[in-house]
Amino acid sequence: MKGKVIKYEQDNIDTDVILPGPYLKLHEHSELAEHAMEGMDPDFHSKAKNANIIVTGKNFGCGSSREHAPIALSASGIKAVLALSFARIFYRNSVDGAYLLPIEIDEKTYSSISENDELEIDTSKNEIKNITKNELYSMKPFPELIGKIISAGGIFKYKP
Amino acid sequence: MNITEKILARASGKDKLEPDEVIFANVDKIMLHDVSGPGVIKTFEKLEKDGVIKVDKLFDPSMIWVTEDHFVPSVDKISAENIVKLSNFTNKFGIKKHFKYGMGQYGICHTMSHEEGLVSPGELYVGGDSHTNTTGALGAFACGLGHTDVAYAMLYGKLWFKVPETLYFKIHGKLPENVMAKDLILRIIGDITTEGAAGKAMQFGGDGISDMSVESRLTLTNMTTEAGAKNGIIEPDQKVFDYISERGVTKYDAVYDDEDAQYEKTFEYEASELEPVVAKPFSPQNVSVVRETGSIDIDKSYIGSCTGAKYEDLLAAAKILKGRKVKVRTEVLPATISIYKKATENGLTQIFIDAGAVVGPPTCGACCGAQMGVLAKDEVCVSTTNRNFPGRMGHLESKAYLASPLVAAASAVTGKLTDPRDL
Repeated sequence: MKGKVIKYEQDNIDTDVILPGPYLKLHEHSELAEHAMEGMDPDFHSKAKNANIIVTGKNFGCGSSREHAPIALSASGIKAVLALSFARIFYRNSVDGAYLLPIEIDEKTYSSISENDELEIDTSKNEIKNITKNELYSMKPFPELIGKIISAGGIFKYKP
Repeated sequence: MNITEKILARASGKDKLEPDEVIFANVDKIMLHDVSGPGVIKTFEKLEKDGVIKVDKLFDPSMIWVTEDHFVPSVDKISAENIVKLSNFTNKFGIKKHFKYGMGQYGICHTMSHEEGLVSPGELYVGGDSHTNTTGALGAFACGLGHTDVAYAMLYGKLWFKVPETLYFKIHGKLPENVMAKDLILRIIGDITTEGAAGKAMQFGGDGISDMSVESRLTLTNMTTEAGAKNGIIEPDQKVFDYISERGVTKYDAVYDDEDAQYEKTFEYEASELEPVVAKPFSPQNVSVVRETGSIDIDKSYIGSCTGAKYEDLLAAAKILKGRKVKVRTEVLPATISIYKKATENGLTQIFIDAGAVVGPPTCGACCGAQMGVLAKDEVCVSTTNRNFPGRMGHLESKAYLASPLVAAASAVTGKLTDPRDL
């Protein structure tokens, strides 16, 4: 996949700011998209018109187990989140629900990528190409089962 | 193996497990509520629409229970319709344990799990809510998930898990008067940070834990979620067996650490050295001793949630509020009807009302900023809940200080953040 970057240079972005509590009653994906990142970035939707990759720091998606968080991002057009680390439930939800790719990157890659950079991600080679800067980074490979669930298109399509 | 590894080994039919192994394990109990429940319904609808699978029956409806807690009382048409959908769903699939708002016992899912004896020692329990970790204080593997995973477990009775490393927290001695389990777990989160236990098990033990009531232990495991833990767990003892037997559970298969159980790391705490603390905005790791936090004027005191509205929590708040008056808006919401009833029978409700507080129905509402008492811009709240992220309890520019019920009640009386020892 290929796309431009929205960069949030901070750690511990929690699911309450990704999709605030009052909207937990909503379950239509398009309605959830309207409120994505409402707790921290009022410009998210204008940015997401041209970008589909979020790059961020440690422990992305911490807090509540609300699957509404990856759904809201995915329904806003986000295809991948590149983070130094993920909170476990957000990671699991993203994979098992097949909403977006949660990709772990190292500090050097994190600091190299800038807002609006265009990236090309090749999960089969565990490579991230920065087209804008003409740089090549490696991503942390998905664990075996995670890779298989992603390839299948989510936990319900995966055959153990 | 330690208790977490042994439960996962039993549930996956293995003799031995090591941390980081990925397994499919059989699930014993499943919980969903009025947020994750409609998510499960939507997942099943989508699977059918996409031609993946048509769900006609569940693996075993008797292992599932359903609560109504986040949006009760219904806040608007959408949340009211979610409750109707949930009832239609439980009727259709024969889920008998559906605890409905306004129909006898109901309440916050995690508190229901132990108040109603829904999970037993040694079981593998998953729930569609992050604080499912709470129930690990009964000696179960208890782990929170999103609604897709819950739907999968409901359909197939099993789920994948990565065996976690275990962090062991050995607690020595007794908590001093005016210091509660909430102070201990906040101190631990302050020390290890909100990602200090990411994906790991947090196990508590030592004579300090043996000395603690079951409800206090539940406060510890509840907030393991805030440290990023996969599960929180405590080896069961006679106190747990008595607690669940009072709730009608007499058959169980308790699991304990082997003598050569391994932990990734052990942390030791001297309970007697602890003081009342708060987590300042905007993170549960922002921990500060109350007496060193400075003068903080507050607008509200909130005593509620799965973390801080068990019977023991209400008793602690009542001890402070008895014969006193609140200076700020104070809301007390017992976590379940059974706790509400006990509080009323024992005069606590009267104490709260006499002090000027309002006593409301069990709900997660204000804790997650959804309804029933959200904060206005710039308002400051001392709260017995578990999270204080930006906007968590209302407006993005409101502030929540997480504290024990004693600190919340003492602060209600003075209108400022207050150490109960200074009243």
